[in-house]
Amino acid sequence: MYDIMQQSLKENDIPRIQETLESVSGATDAARAPRMEALGLNAWYGKTQALFNVTLSIPRNKVLAIIGPSGCGKSTFLRSLNRMHEEVGGSIGGSILLDGEDIMDRDPVFLRRKVGMVFQKPNPFPTMTVAQNVVAGLKLNGMRDRKELARIAEENLKRVALWDEVKDVLHKPGSSLSGGQQQRLCIARTLAVEPEVILMDEPASALDPISTMKIEELIDELKKKYTIVIVTHNMQQAARISDFTAFFYMGKLIEVDKTAKIFTKPTHRQTEDYVTGSFG
Amino acid sequence: MSTTALYTWRKFKNATMLSLTGLSLLAVVGVLFLILAYTVSKGINHINWDLITKMPAPVGEEGGGMANAIVGSLILVSLGSAYGIPVGLFAGIYLAQTEKGWFARTVRFLTEVLNGIPSIVIGVVAFIVVVLPMKRFSALAGGFALGILMIPLITRTTEEMIRLVPSSFREAGLALGIPRWKTMMFVILPAAFKGIFTGIFLSIARVIGETAPLLFTALGNRFWSTQLDQPIASMTVFIYDYARAPFDDWNQQAWAASFILIMLVFVLNIIFRFVTRKTYTA
Ligand SMILES: Nc1ncnc2c1ncn2[C@@H]1O[C@H](COP(=O)(O)OP(=O)(O)O)[C@@H](O)[C@H]1O
Ligand SMILES: [Mg+2]
Repeated sequence: MYDIMQQSLKENDIPRIQETLESVSGATDAARAPRMEALGLNAWYGKTQALFNVTLSIPRNKVLAIIGPSGCGKSTFLRSLNRMHEEVGGSIGGSILLDGEDIMDRDPVFLRRKVGMVFQKPNPFPTMTVAQNVVAGLKLNGMRDRKELARIAEENLKRVALWDEVKDVLHKPGSSLSGGQQQRLCIARTLAVEPEVILMDEPASALDPISTMKIEELIDELKKKYTIVIVTHNMQQAARISDFTAFFYMGKLIEVDKTAKIFTKPTHRQTEDYVTGSFG
Repeated sequence: MSTTALYTWRKFKNATMLSLTGLSLLAVVGVLFLILAYTVSKGINHINWDLITKMPAPVGEEGGGMANAIVGSLILVSLGSAYGIPVGLFAGIYLAQTEKGWFARTVRFLTEVLNGIPSIVIGVVAFIVVVLPMKRFSALAGGFALGILMIPLITRTTEEMIRLVPSSFREAGLALGIPRWKTMMFVILPAAFKGIFTGIFLSIARVIGETAPLLFTALGNRFWSTQLDQPIASMTVFIYDYARAPFDDWNQQAWAASFILIMLVFVLNIIFRFVTRKTYTA
């Protein structure tokens, strides 16, 4: 089994993502252009390479799920997209485009306001209240108007369907909420800085089934306005919420296609083995 | 061994250990109590308002107090804090962010060496670098010596407390497009506040009881002085002088002053508990 996989991981096997995606995108040129693109992306941690020549388009206002066994480079890929990979001492080669512009030419601070991120473990700031957490990104970047901040806090808590649950505890520490509420608080915090792309790294894997369901409903709502890339190792979740699915294996992109296709008629053998649960 | 015997044996071991820990506790509390009781009994005649409100009496007269020494100690500690706290904080922040590299490793090593240097040596150093060039003993020189003593403790606790803040908060800050320094100032430092404050407090409590480095620097002063370029009195040097003096009255004042010093640290401790009580923890 392992040998077969190794063999089929040759360069010429890199899928023709561009074509696939373009054929399914909308009518106008602007809408057809991907929001982000990775072109021949390599990523390293020191001398160990974690991503190999990944070329992948991220379509606008869609949900792209990234699946694959543990350690295959899903998080590394995601963290390359907002340059968080560099923050742990990693380096990348190849290029990543946001609306056609290379993100390496941008100030990472500004890039991250356009490309927001939600982490696996809910991480509200421990010294801030619920309300302060939502607007932390704006406040720490200079917004002073208290009324406006309060309005933005309310608006974003409503967008993540948390307002009714927390409107009476806005002044309690963000960390006093339940795990599922904390994660929605973190999503609200990400939304408050008005990003265009939202990266989510297994956002529900630390949550109970009901909280997971709420997050999934939220993602469905958010994709109307945002481009979403979500890493998940829950195949049902990928199938439920995503429009496209990319399968990574050992640092390489094996296949990307419409989600329905990946889960019913994948082109590659490893993809099929993975989604049917033969391994991983 | 039968089950009952084993059980009895275990109960015996349990009882022994419990008594040992109890004894240790008694030893600690007992020593503290002894010190307090002895200090009070020796200085009882002079524990009064005069001690903290009056100036030292001229030699040969009874009574008097150490008002100038209390103020002097506060000035010295403030001077030390004025640069010991920022230097220690920034060094700690730097070390926490820079795990590797020869410079960080060197700084970390030197901090530990500095922490181990006897305070009297620091006093001599302050004497050479401040007192000699200024050609006089001064509050500035004393504050300089105390500040040096504070730095390693603050640096180490700051570094350690920042490291204890989970990296996920730092990542969350950066991922929101908050610049690194703001993430440090407004996300990470507040989360580490309690621990860092503890370090600062401990360093103050430590230097307020220092005598040796002040003998070469602030010297002491029997008169009222708040001038920074003049010799200044301090409680510890007051105790040192009065305890050695050949007058019973002075010796008793030294005991009373010791009691006040202990109480001052105690009060600082209570203030400290109060300040750190109401912060959220990670
Ligand atoms: N901080 C790091 N330092 C060194 N190697 C890392 C680090 N993070 C991840 N890796 C390695 O990079 C590879 C990809 O990891 P990751 O992207 O986290 O995988 P996934 O998210 O798919 O589980 C793994 O082999 C992992 O061991
Ligand atoms: Mg991961």
